[in-house]
Amino acid sequence: MIFYEYEARKIVELAGIPVTKYGFCQTADEARKVAEEIGGPTVIKSQVLTGGRMKAGGVQFADTPDEAAKHAEDILKLEINGHMPVGVLVDPKAEVKQEYYASVVWDGTAKKPLMLFSDMGGIDIEQVAEEHPDHVGRGHISNLLPVGDYEAKQVIAATGVTGSQLNRATPILAKLARLFRDNDMILAEINPLAELTDGSFVALDAHMEMEEEAVGRQKQLLRQELGIAEEDTRDNYVPSEFEKNVKAIDAADHRGVIQGKDHGFDGNLGLVIGAGGGSLTLTDAVRNQGGKPANYSEIGGNPSVAKACGLAKEVLKKDGVEKIAVMMSIVSNTRVDIVARGVIKACLELGKDPADTIAIFRIPGAWEDEGNKILDYYGVEYCDRTVSLWDAAGRAVAKIQGAAA
Amino acid sequence: MSGSRSETMDAVFIDIELDEPAKSDPELAKKLEEVCTVGIFKASDAGTEIVQGQLDECVLCYLCVDACPAGAMRIIKKYEN
Repeated sequence: MIFYEYEARKIVELAGIPVTKYGFCQTADEARKVAEEIGGPTVIKSQVLTGGRMKAGGVQFADTPDEAAKHAEDILKLEINGHMPVGVLVDPKAEVKQEYYASVVWDGTAKKPLMLFSDMGGIDIEQVAEEHPDHVGRGHISNLLPVGDYEAKQVIAATGVTGSQLNRATPILAKLARLFRDNDMILAEINPLAELTDGSFVALDAHMEMEEEAVGRQKQLLRQELGIAEEDTRDNYVPSEFEKNVKAIDAADHRGVIQGKDHGFDGNLGLVIGAGGGSLTLTDAVRNQGGKPANYSEIGGNPSVAKACGLAKEVLKKDGVEKIAVMMSIVSNTRVDIVARGVIKACLELGKDPADTIAIFRIPGAWEDEGNKILDYYGVEYCDRTVSLWDAAGRAVAKIQGAAA
Repeated sequence: MSGSRSETMDAVFIDIELDEPAKSDPELAKKLEEVCTVGIFKASDAGTEIVQGQLDECVLCYLCVDACPAGAMRIIKKYEN
């Protein structure tokens, strides 16, 4: 779950990290009042869940409250990358001596949070890491043990920061790391972390992203502290027609589970796959052997014939799909014969010959003898458990490449 | 077989034959409706209606066959000729 900047600021503030005196406003009048309270030059920033705000005119500077109100009025009407703002953030224009970067990200390889710090803030950390690797400090923290300030200090010191700057930045990075773990974040970033002319440090901008699976147990933060409604999922993903149709088929029948994704896939081999990690393994096996999947899918939990048929039909109806590969790891709950009926029926209902359309059917397990009879009747090649997932994927790829040649 | 038809086909794999007088027995109809987990049988005062659109969902549990008088019902697997 991603957060607006004003929410990310609040999260940072709740963790005890200093922030500027900002205000979230939804009208020009509110922006004027906040600017008056700040009492100096301000920055007015559009609150949208997309990047490119500065370039699109979603960040403006104002010297007076009236100017702040005018900018707020304009920004509130400004659409950025298809997103309308939920409001504006009015922030004092800080007197910055130096900008730093501080973040904690989830390292999926190490399976631990990773602290990052740089004395070159305000720009993309990827760019700093590439052009000035000696200006980026890194350090993992434990998933279980308390985060010590000394761990943050080591990361910051690795960038060459010393003295009072090191002492002032250390608790901020340590608090950011604790915030990350306590709130189940996958990203907690302050950029820039500013050292002001008076020597103090404040978070000028923050980005937060929470693990989706943790939303249910972070109700205190989400509902009480931030006031985010339960139905506000922040899901910006726009499903394709294929994905919508598969979801509707799945929702219409409680038996079994099907899922389908096709963003990023435009191949000629449709995949009806699943079972115990089988989908990922099989998709990789197809791609690694030169195949071009038309989709990703998951099928399992003993689906009905109608559900298996529905998924196979949606896959077959996709533009460019020549054949489908029906493959799963060994099944115990899902029945081989039921899936066989489903995929064959899909072919027949679309006026296709199952023997020609199903490149391979490799599902060993429950009711495989019955499944084999059905497949045999329609001339579809059946592979049992003596054929590995890799080999089954390879056979499917060979068949479709042979058909194209 | 080719083309771009998109229609639904019933009883591609499974058919069920139910002899008279079992078919017109309202009590048996209720029993069949109760035992079938995939909704192949619909009971009415006139007896048992076989729902064609559900036939291919048959899980071959044979509870319906057991519920009928011996020899009154047959499940036909069309793929076994």
